[in-house]
Order: sequence, then structure tokens, then C-alpha cells
Amino acid sequence: MTFIAKPKIVHKGLSRNDLGLTIRDYEGGMSTLCAGCGHDSVTSAIVQAFFELHIPPHQVAKLSGIGCSSKTPAYFLDASHGFNAVHGRMPSIATGASAANRELYLIGVSGDGDSLSIGLGQFSHALRRNLDMLYIIENNGVYGLTKGQFSASADVGTKAKKGEVNEQQPIDPVQMAMAQGGTFVARGFSGDKEQLVPLIKAGIKHKGFGLIDVLSPCVTFNDHEDSTKSYSYTRRFFHPAVHADFVPPAEEIKAAYDDGEVMPVEMHDGSKILLRKISEQYSVHNRGHALDFIRAHHRRGEIITGLLYIDEAEPDLHGISRTPDEPLAQVPFDALCPGSQVMGALQERFR
Amino acid sequence: MSTKSRINADRINDFVIRLANVNGTGSASANSLLMKTIFRMGIPVMGKNFFPSNIQGLPTWYEIRVTRDRHLARSGEIDIMIAMNAETYQQDLASLSPGGVFLYDSTWPRHSVVNRQDVTILGVPLAKMCNEHFSNARARILMKNMAYVGALASLLELDREVIEDAVHRTFATKQALLQANMDAIELGANYASEHFDCPLPTRVERMNATDGKIMIDGNTASALGCLFAGATVGAWYPITPSTSLMDAFKAFCERYRVDRESGTRNYCIVQAEDELSAIGIVLGATWNGARAFTPTSGPGLSLMSEFIGYAYFAELPAVLFDVQRVGPSTGMPTRTQQADILSAAYASHGDTRHVLLFPANPNECFELSVAAFDLADRLQTPVMVMLDLDIGMNDWMCDDLQWDDSYRPDRGKVLSAEELESAESFHRYLDVDGDGIPYRTYPGVGRKGAYFVRGSGHNKYGGYTEDADEYQEVVDRLVRKWETAATLVPEPVIQRRKSAEWGIVSVGSCDYAVAEAVEVLAREGIRLSYMRVKAFPFSEAVTGFLHQHKRIFVVEQNRDAQLKSLLTLETDYPKERMESILHYSGLPIDRRCVVEAIEASVARGEAA
Repeated sequence: MTFIAKPKIVHKGLSRNDLGLTIRDYEGGMSTLCAGCGHDSVTSAIVQAFFELHIPPHQVAKLSGIGCSSKTPAYFLDASHGFNAVHGRMPSIATGASAANRELYLIGVSGDGDSLSIGLGQFSHALRRNLDMLYIIENNGVYGLTKGQFSASADVGTKAKKGEVNEQQPIDPVQMAMAQGGTFVARGFSGDKEQLVPLIKAGIKHKGFGLIDVLSPCVTFNDHEDSTKSYSYTRRFFHPAVHADFVPPAEEIKAAYDDGEVMPVEMHDGSKILLRKISEQYSVHNRGHALDFIRAHHRRGEIITGLLYIDEAEPDLHGISRTPDEPLAQVPFDALCPGSQVMGALQERFR
Repeated sequence: MSTKSRINADRINDFVIRLANVNGTGSASANSLLMKTIFRMGIPVMGKNFFPSNIQGLPTWYEIRVTRDRHLARSGEIDIMIAMNAETYQQDLASLSPGGVFLYDSTWPRHSVVNRQDVTILGVPLAKMCNEHFSNARARILMKNMAYVGALASLLELDREVIEDAVHRTFATKQALLQANMDAIELGANYASEHFDCPLPTRVERMNATDGKIMIDGNTASALGCLFAGATVGAWYPITPSTSLMDAFKAFCERYRVDRESGTRNYCIVQAEDELSAIGIVLGATWNGARAFTPTSGPGLSLMSEFIGYAYFAELPAVLFDVQRVGPSTGMPTRTQQADILSAAYASHGDTRHVLLFPANPNECFELSVAAFDLADRLQTPVMVMLDLDIGMNDWMCDDLQWDDSYRPDRGKVLSAEELESAESFHRYLDVDGDGIPYRTYPGVGRKGAYFVRGSGHNKYGGYTEDADEYQEVVDRLVRKWETAATLVPEPVIQRRKSAEWGIVSVGSCDYAVAEAVEVLAREGIRLSYMRVKAFPFSEAVTGFLHQHKRIFVVEQNRDAQLKSLLTLETDYPKERMESILHYSGLPIDRRCVVEAIEASVARGEAA
């Protein structure tokens, strides 16, 4: 939510994607977040992912709720329609948007306050209906815009800037999504773009609710010592369990990985994700094992990252609703209105 | 026993039956059958259900007015009481009008309780007869209801063929039930004709006054409006008394919106986690160009308020159906009121005003729900169709619903991809032609049409702003849009009476009671012109009517005179010249309370 337009400087050497667009065509307005904010790194990862996927910006709709994270859709894809909803209610707007126009790529950006406190209900139910969207939580453990109160994701024992210690249990969106039947559950770190960009690409292509919880430190209110959501803590305890590489439909998979270590997952549009195990015991298709693994490491203070669970087979909202392939908003009126003859015949039912 | 002596003579096709039952005992289908029978005999009829917020075991009443003169409101009288609930015998006996008939289950005689000199008491041993005839425990309970329908068939001279035809239609596929129901009717009919002097002077006679009429409830009619207007997205959270609206929409969609070849559904109904989400889903859908709606009731409207204000400011269409029930708070969910008028008109924080439509019967529920979609798209704002439980859930006799195939939806000022290309520029909140309504685009249309929908401060170009002048320019333009709305909403229904100096104003389901009261008062020499408002904002016709009268009675179904308050706030008619007639017990308004209030006012000399 910026009022500062970003100057569009296109260098001659900038590469162009299949649409002839440069990365500048995927950018938005100038960020008004604090210098060094993790969210700005996420923004730039989003820009890169859409650019590399060759998605026309106008076929994307970007949504958010309220909070620092929810300002960020103004900083990417300025050629896309955007919707900055009320606090915690972005998932319902996204549900209606998807219901009306299933052809759009929907990307929602939310925060730990927006999704795990005021919007916990909507977040859960978007998961439950497997809404076809990419849902990024920029998770920093605090309320930034209201100056540093703990959020629901704050860990027990973590210290606020003014010294207060959190004693309430954290809500972890990843564990929640695992337990609730989420079909694409990932965790990343704003400081690791190499991991994050492929996750975002895979999340965009996933048919269903793609959740990426991105640890995105708040430099102003939660980057001090004794905070478990600081840059230094995250860097120290960050454990990638699975690496995901995104492979577009046309590209052949090069046999650069050893069989057994690499598992390809086919997406609906024919593209693939190559999952490379980093932790040997990890199983990305076994919800129970994955959850146990994440919990066990969480107890040790470690943060497991990567594409942690994926299931491409579950139907999304449209599969469940049996809607046509064309967007409902474009179905011609004549196919919707039964007309006077039906109305005449219907009257007999009411006599 | 002679039944003729005490009963008022000459009550053919003009009387009220009230049936006092226990809920969950199957009485609803018997009562509905009774009403349908009278309707199918060509006699105008009204039915009202007063039911508890409960599934089984509490008192419930059903009131049927047989009304040859088509007075489709409650009269305030009860001529025949069918008392099937011993717990309410005393109350039911007391509410019977003098000269009335009280029929009760005399299996257990209650001479001391059922004792009133100015009415006729008829005992029918319904339970005893059914216990002797039926072996199944459930049938013994259910069939008591059909047995009293049988007794009424003899007492009122109901057409047995019509009743039997209705039973056949209902139980066509359940042979055992069909026979049991027929037997029960026979039991009751025979007992009445053997023991009483049948028929009563209060009885029915075939008429020819229901051709071209149907019996339908307002929720069903509203659902048909959504279907025919081309709504594709419905989002809701179940809440009495609006639930049957979405149930009906779903049933109609399953019948008329499924592609025969592919089996795909040209609709998407989302049962949301709550009303906060339901309205959000509607806004997400209309942002993307679908027609979308949500049915709810007062508590749901309260929850939706934040998003309603958002939609007003960000200028998104939405159609809401508020099927009003008794408040405040949980109130009485199964009772009727018109107590959301003010909260709907000004829903949400900040300066907001919303378009309201007030149907008075199922015909108007259908017409106004179609109109609501057109107005919402044209005005890019929420439009609320204000039903109440009485209209929404009771079956009303009304004209056949008609559909004009030349109808085309008015989707308002939306720029297509081609129009965008040829346009010099596009700015979301710019009023280019003076009606206060800007152009909009749907997501996906192209780079040039992209803009950010936001509830935060924005300027006329659609950009974020905290600038004082830019903000004010936008909210002032919304006032111009509101003025445009006043020229587009349906006009009030006005019946002028020659040389009437007083006017009466009402809204929604008050209509039939007020119209009948106006007739009754005219016979007494009290002349009133009548205006029923159909929409907010008030058009010039509304203000004009007020000013044409020295004194205005405002009839509505809430405690705090909400319509009168709205007229006070939104017109320049002096409030001292308005007098309220309020009915807010939770039962639908009756003619008598309106007549008596105006008579009293005349007697005080206040309105003479």
C-alpha cells in the first residue's frame, strides 16, 4: 500500500521471458516497509517466481488482509488486480474470486496476526475447501503495525523487545495445515531465496491450497537476542528437509540426481516438482511421519523447512463443486436463466 | 349436542381456525394439507405458523384465515380452536373469540379446564380412536392430526375429494402411509358427523377466487429471483429464518442449472464457516463479475457489518437477503419482526448508507430479488432485500410468478477488454459522467484495467491516499451516487383516498393488515391515504406523500419505530406530525391492532 511509484528502469541487458516481459513487468510500487524487512525479500521472490513461470500479470489476482505483510501486494505485480481485504478475511474474498473466475492465479499474502489470530477461522476453512490459491504467511511472531505485541506464532520463552516473555503456546500454521488435510504445505525463510523461489513456483502451480509459511523477521520489533524469530536464530536453527525444484512442462528432467534421492511429482499442467531429500528419514507423502518429524525437531528448537507435504490428487473447491471449466462469471445468461416456460410449469407445484 | 345455538351465523368463508399443537408430532403436514384443501376449493386463504425454536415437544400454533374478501393478514380474531396440546388448553380457550368453537381431544375429558360459557366446546376422542385403530406407536401420534382434519372436513364441509387428492399426491409412493392417512380422516369425519350437528354455520363453500394464484413462501420466491437473475455464487451460514432460501436455491439449481451432457453445475454454493466469511465470498465473487448473494438474518447481518462498509467504500456489488427475526441478540429466532431496518440502512462504522428493498409478499420477493441484482450491479454497492420471517417462511396466497424473456441483466458500468483498449485511460473511482457511479473492470481483463480494491483511503484514481482533500472528494462523490440511487429504486405503492387529510405509512409484511384496516376505518368514516414504502433511499414520491398529509401514522413491527426514525432522518417532514403504531410481539401483525390504535387516536382528538 504505497503511494510512491517505482521508476521503471529497463536495462538493455535484462532478460525477457517467453512473453517478452522483463522482471520489471512483475514489480509493483516502492515498498514503504522498514529497511531490511524480511517481507521485501519475499516480495522479490514472488516477482521472480511469476517472471520465471511466464505468467501474464493480468491473469493473476493478488490478495491480502491487514498488517505489514498485507501491504506487500502493492509492491509486486502492478499489472494485476489486487484486493486488500479487511483484517483476517482475505480467504473468503479469495474463495469468492475463485468461485467466479477459476482461470485466475490467486496469490494471497498474509501474516501471523492476520492468519493465526483474527483470521484463524477463515484460514482453516480455506484449507478445508482446498481453495486453489497460493497462500503465503509472512511469519515474524509480532504485530508490526501496532508496534511489537506478540502474535499467536510467538514461541514459548521468546522475548519481546521490551523484555516481556511469551508464555502461551504458539500456533504453527504448518502443523495445523498438516493435521487439517492441507494438500501443499511448505516452510521457507525470507533469507533463503534459493529455496523460496522454487517453493513459490510449485505453490502457484499446485491445484489446491498451497501454503507457504515464510519466516520473515521483523527488523524493528523482533530481531533482537532472545527472540526465536530473528535472522540470527532462524539462520542457526533452520533445517531444510526437502529441496523442491520446479520443472516447467516442456523441459525434460535431466538425470543429474541419483534415483531414489529424487522424486518427481507431476502437477496438473504437466509441470513437475523434483523433490530432493535432505533429511533421510523424511517422507513427503506421509502426513503422519512428516508431522512427527516436524514436531520432534520443533521440540529441539529446530525449524524444518522445504516442501513438507504434497498431494496433487485431492479435489479443489471446483472439483468438489463440479463447476464447469469456464469461469462461472462468463457463463452466458441464457444458460443461467430457465426462462418463462419453466416459470409457467413451476407454478403448478405451488397450487 | 347442538352446535348451532352459540355460534355466530353467516360465517361462510370468513373465519379463522387456530390449531394448537405440540411440535415434532407431525401436525405441520396436517395443517398444511388443511390450508391447501381450502385453497384448492377456490377460497382465498392465509396461513401463519407460530413455531418454537425447538425440534420436538414445545407448543406450536398454526393459524388459518379463510377469507372470501382476500384479507390476507391476521384479523386478530380466532373463531375455531383445534386444541391438541393439553399444556396450552387454558391459554387457547382464553384466546378464542366469543361465539367460537373449541375442539379438543376428549380422550381425557377436562371439564374443569375446558370451561367457558360463551363458546362451544366439542370433544373428539382423537387419541382413543387412533389407539384403537392403529397398532404402530408412531402412527398413533401422527394420525391424530389427520383425524382432526377429518373432523373438520365434516364440521366445515370441506370437499373430501380435494382432501383425498392431496393425500394421494403427498403419499403417492408410500402405500401404507396413504391408507393410514385415509383411515384417520375417515375416523375423524365419521365421529364428527355422528356426534355433532354438521356442518357448522361457520364453514366453507366452494368459490372460484384462486385461479391464477399460487401458495408460496417468500424465501422460495426470493430463491427463484436469484435463479432467474443469473446469480451463480451463493454463500451462506445457516440461520433461521433464512435457511430455506438457500435450500430452495440449491434445489432449483440442481433442477435447472446442471448441464445435461457434462453434469457440470453452473453455480457454486459455499456453506461458509460463518457470516463474516459468507459476505466475503460474495464480495470476492462480485469483484470478479459473478452475480452473488447471501441470505441471512439479524445476527448474521451484525457479523457482516464490517465487510458491508468495505463494499460501500470500495464500491462492490452484493445482494443480501435479511430475513428478519425477533431481536435483540439471539432473541426469538422463530418469531417475526422488522427490527433490522436501522441497522441495515446504516450498517458498518463510518459514514455508510445502504440500499434497502422491502417486499410485502412473495410476488415482490421474486421481483425485488431480481431488481436487487440489477441495482447492486448498476450502483456498485450492497443491496439488501428486507424480508421477515412472516414473508419468508409462511405460505402466502399470491399471483402466479411471471417471467419476461426479454429481461437482460443490467451489469452496470463495466469496461470490457475492447472498451479498455480504445479508452484513453481508466481510473477506478473517477466519475466521468456525473451520476456518481465510476466505471469498473474485472480481474483478468488486461494490464490497463488493473487496480487495487481497498477499504483504506483512496483517491478518485484508485490510488492509496491519506490526503484530506482527495479522501473527501471520494466520499462526497458517494453522496452523488446515493442521490442517483434514489431515482433508481422502486417507487412506493400509494393508494390515495379522496380528501383524506391523514396518511398511513407502512412497510413489508404489514401491508395486508394495514390495507384491511384502512378499509375498516373508511367504513367508520375515518379516511386515510396509504403509502407502503418499497425502498430506501426514499424517492421524491415518498417525501411528497408525507407532505400531502397533515398527520402520518407509521405502522411497523418493531419497538423503536425504526421506519419512523428513518423517515425523520432522511426526509424533511416534521416528526411531531408522525405517530407510531407498533407491533412487536413476534407474531405477525393483525388488522385489529391498527384499527384500534387509529380509533384511539381519533378519540383523543389527536388526528381529527
